[in-house]
Amino acid sequence: MTTRTTALYDVPGPTTRRRHAVYAVLSTAVLLGLAAWVLHLLFSTGQFTATKWMPFEYKGIQELLLRGLGNTLKAFAMAAVLSLALGGVLAAGRLSDHAPVRWLATLVVEFFRAMPVLVMIFFIFVALKVQPLPALVAGLTLYNGSVLAEVFRSGVNAVERGQREAAFALGMRKTQVMSYVLVPQAVRAMLPAIISQLVVALKDTSLGFLITYEEFLHAGKLIASNLDYDLPFIPVVMVISPIYIGMCMLLSWFAVWVSRREQRSPKTEAVVVAAPGPGAPLPGGEPPTAPKP
Amino acid sequence: MNVLTDNFAIYAEGFLGTVELTVYASLLALALGFLMASFRVAPVASLRAFGTVWVTVLRNTPLTLLFFAVLLGLPRFGLVLPFQAFAVLALGCYTSAFICEALRSGINTVPRGQGEAARSLGMTFAQTLGVIVLPQAFRSVIPPVGSTLIALAKNSAIAGAFSVTELLGTYKTLSELGYNIIWTFVWIAVGYLIITLAISALFNLLERKWGVAR
Repeated sequence: MTTRTTALYDVPGPTTRRRHAVYAVLSTAVLLGLAAWVLHLLFSTGQFTATKWMPFEYKGIQELLLRGLGNTLKAFAMAAVLSLALGGVLAAGRLSDHAPVRWLATLVVEFFRAMPVLVMIFFIFVALKVQPLPALVAGLTLYNGSVLAEVFRSGVNAVERGQREAAFALGMRKTQVMSYVLVPQAVRAMLPAIISQLVVALKDTSLGFLITYEEFLHAGKLIASNLDYDLPFIPVVMVISPIYIGMCMLLSWFAVWVSRREQRSPKTEAVVVAAPGPGAPLPGGEPPTAPKP
Repeated sequence: MNVLTDNFAIYAEGFLGTVELTVYASLLALALGFLMASFRVAPVASLRAFGTVWVTVLRNTPLTLLFFAVLLGLPRFGLVLPFQAFAVLALGCYTSAFICEALRSGINTVPRGQGEAARSLGMTFAQTLGVIVLPQAFRSVIPPVGSTLIALAKNSAIAGAFSVTELLGTYKTLSELGYNIIWTFVWIAVGYLIITLAISALFNLLERKWGVAR
């Protein structure tokens, strides 16, 4: 179906179809060869020996992994809730009628968006001597809150102008216009972008590993460096990564599903629903998550 | 203030490390991303599937996990490279997934009629691609590619935690030397701001010169 939507190809004729079939056989052979080579490499370096997979049978180690997963999810839940709150506050600041409030909010948002989240986390952890979990959550909150503020703001700005004008014409105050008219539509439209940003937060909880927070990757590292099981590093990666990637994929698919649903919803007629996907906009520029109707 | 002037050499080394990492990883990401984007729009189903899997998996992989797997995992297969090369590999592969999506959506913004018109003028596939489709796609991919490369520069901080010489890693040396930790971080932050703002300025320039005017 992909070929249909690009300007690159016509509908293929019989000769082209034969040619494509040859390409298909060749490329499939190459890809299968690649997969076989990787498998051979795994077997020849002895990654599937019983000793290396034995640790996963022990209850203690399973509990260690589950505790790590629990800590990851705990950090994610805290960071998600706090960054949504901070995003709301900063977006309100950026949309304020008072210039100093607007400047301050803009400064905060632009600064934390331009700063690597890891630098923030290390600063809080090393310089302010905070415990790993609060340091991780605070760093993630500052970064994701700033990005979410931009998402909220662009959502509010993307609502059709007539909505705001009609609300003001009915005699609503600015707070009422915002809370009854603009924000509900903006949040609906921006829900996919918001969920995509939460995927970023979930991925970034793994940065806790670097500041010795006992999360999922940390548990994996503990098992991987165990000499009794012949340093089962590759098995650990093969167990941990599907779980991590699976969690992020579920959340990403949820964003896509929400996006489809909201596009059909009659409640988003006055605003364009954002496409899911991480919107990491240029600092100082207009975020790409703000499609104008 | 004297944290910077006393240790200018250490900061400069870290700064250059980050710049090097960013440049090499950007080149790798652009090349791989282009390859994957061409896979994703190819008329061959197996290549399309490979591109889709590459993008979906890498976009949903935490970068720390990828660094962990590449820097500590690949040596188990007898592949021994300097840590910096591994870091470039991890960063480049991760970012290539985002570049691929940016390029693909850029190609999809070119109206079908453009390709149809080119073909009815008798242009070959290579001509259609090189003269008609890619130049137009290039115009609309400048901003998303710019944001992706800025994200790459920021993500390169993770390499510092895996003992690659770069800007964030300098804090360890400086705090061992007993300098004020807060000022150490202020100058690290300034270094990152310089890099991200430079990339941002570069892409704003490109955007102004070649940006889409539709």
